[in-house]
Amino acid sequence: MTEVAIAPSFNRAATKHRAVAGRKLRSSLGWAFCGICFLLVAAPLIDIILLVLVRGFSALSVDLLTQVTQGVSGGLLNAIEGTIVLSIGALIIGVPIGVGAGVYLSEFGDGRFGQTVRFLADVLTGVPSIVLGYFSYVTMVIWLGWQFSVLAASITLAIMILPYMAKMTELVLRQIPIPMREAAYALGAGDRKVVLRVLLPVALPGILTAVLLSLAISVGETAPLIYTAGWSNYLWDGKLVRSPIGYLTYVIWSFINQPFASAHALAFAAALLVMMTVLAINLAARAILRVRGG
Amino acid sequence: MDSAPTGLARSVAKGKGRKGSISPFRMTLIGLAGVIPVVIGAVLLFLVVYAWPAIRFNGIDFLLTKTWDLGNLYADPVPRHGVLAPIGATYGCLVFVAGTLASSFLALLVAVPISLGIAVFLAEGVKRVLRTPFAIVVELLAVVPSVVYGLWGIIVLVPIAAHIIAPVLAAVFPFIPFLAQAGGSGFGLLSSSLVLALMVIPVITITVFEALNRIPKEAKEAAYALGTTKFEMVFFTMLPMIRPAIIGAIILGLGRALGETMAVLMVSGGALNYMPTTLMSPISTMASFILSQLDSAEQDQSGLAVQSLAEIAIVLFVITVIVNIVARLMVRKGAGVSR
Repeated sequence: MTEVAIAPSFNRAATKHRAVAGRKLRSSLGWAFCGICFLLVAAPLIDIILLVLVRGFSALSVDLLTQVTQGVSGGLLNAIEGTIVLSIGALIIGVPIGVGAGVYLSEFGDGRFGQTVRFLADVLTGVPSIVLGYFSYVTMVIWLGWQFSVLAASITLAIMILPYMAKMTELVLRQIPIPMREAAYALGAGDRKVVLRVLLPVALPGILTAVLLSLAISVGETAPLIYTAGWSNYLWDGKLVRSPIGYLTYVIWSFINQPFASAHALAFAAALLVMMTVLAINLAARAILRVRGG
Repeated sequence: MDSAPTGLARSVAKGKGRKGSISPFRMTLIGLAGVIPVVIGAVLLFLVVYAWPAIRFNGIDFLLTKTWDLGNLYADPVPRHGVLAPIGATYGCLVFVAGTLASSFLALLVAVPISLGIAVFLAEGVKRVLRTPFAIVVELLAVVPSVVYGLWGIIVLVPIAAHIIAPVLAAVFPFIPFLAQAGGSGFGLLSSSLVLALMVIPVITITVFEALNRIPKEAKEAAYALGTTKFEMVFFTMLPMIRPAIIGAIILGLGRALGETMAVLMVSGGALNYMPTTLMSPISTMASFILSQLDSAEQDQSGLAVQSLAEIAIVLFVITVIVNIVARLMVRKGAGVSR
């Protein structure tokens, strides 16, 4: 409170002092409230991380990482593999589309169409994941007859990361100074060359950050996968359709409700793997951004 | 937003000269950008087409009916309202709409003051060195997967709700029926709202924090010149300046809370045909119900149950899209004011 600027009170009434003291007290109480608010969310976050770390590590074993799930015990190999397969699938589909959309928004997107796409990208990030999952269930799982499958699940995840990729790519590209583009054009390059040879290479670290964050979203997502990927106790058979696949978040959700200690152990181990992946990716992405952003 | 063109469009004046000839490369980009509107349109279109028999069968009563009854699944379905339906089948989403609104509203009631407090704390209260690590704490709250929140809810929060919060509330407010139920498992409205609050807080905090940072220094100095303390400056000058952004952030948080699925599903207790009456009532939200009922709905040979779930998804989709559009417009307006 050193910034408090109070007029020097030569011979003012004592009430003035009391009023000032009251204001100071109220301000202090206000700051105390703000600090307590912060503690109120910091404590649960720390508790969540500790819970997952402690219970997860005590459940972790070599068998857990090398065996497949048998009923409510066994290992998590199938789920780990499934999460990797689904996430990579989502990135393969979602990243090119998202980067392309981002390039369009940044370089040509000042017209009405660009504004609309930009706005709808924001809207799409707000659509509940379960609605997207149901959409995929109706269209791919049922109508196209793919049943629970890698492809349906990956496309659903790709839809979820698409707006993030587009927005982040646009953000990164807009930071590249205009003269860089002009220099490339002056050398006779066309749109395609400018984008592919000049802009994207410069933006690569930023785009990689966006890809990492998208990966974190894919790894942590649950609800739409229950509708599209199903669950499988076995390793992936390599088929894109008509073959369900396991994934880690399913284990957390479904096994914690089982009354068996082995099921709980699997759930916490899965939570540990998911949390560590997501937190590591986010902290790494932040570090990259900070180093580049200065 | 940006009236001056940027990017290639600005650096290439020739873009205006050659009309009609758009390069294949640019067409490709337009196509990729077009995926986003197409997806949103497709979600609505296909859900409506798929749910159409249910929409016809349920009519407008769908929004006002409390009962969700799959009917007799062992008898042959009979035609009703021009649709083959199991005998005795009734589908209504009022319970889930109520559960969604109640949990989201309570979550905001908890989250809004806390979020504003944290945003002010981060923007003006802490030393510059500490700001980044503290901000990371808030941002990490936003990346914890929903299912992990649910796990934490089951293990930690639900027992606290059942054994500490509920008895205390019942002892302090025995005359308010809504608060006075001491029993219960802890799975229900209170736990759902608290988990939701935790998930919504980073959304609101980060938006408000960014708006606070955009306030020009001159406005703060003007307040100091009037002899305010720092807190008075924040409370009477800064917060009113970003009011549209605050409202937008709250609505954005609402959008997040309305659509949240996993965490709520895991701690909500899963109510069916039952309106929430107290803080400890089990509830179902639209999102959690869609997820939890798929298996049983698939038992319905007529397909009407699954289609009615799709109708809930449509209701949820429409609500969240409207909420998000309003929120984005408010946040944008708030950003425009201070720029």
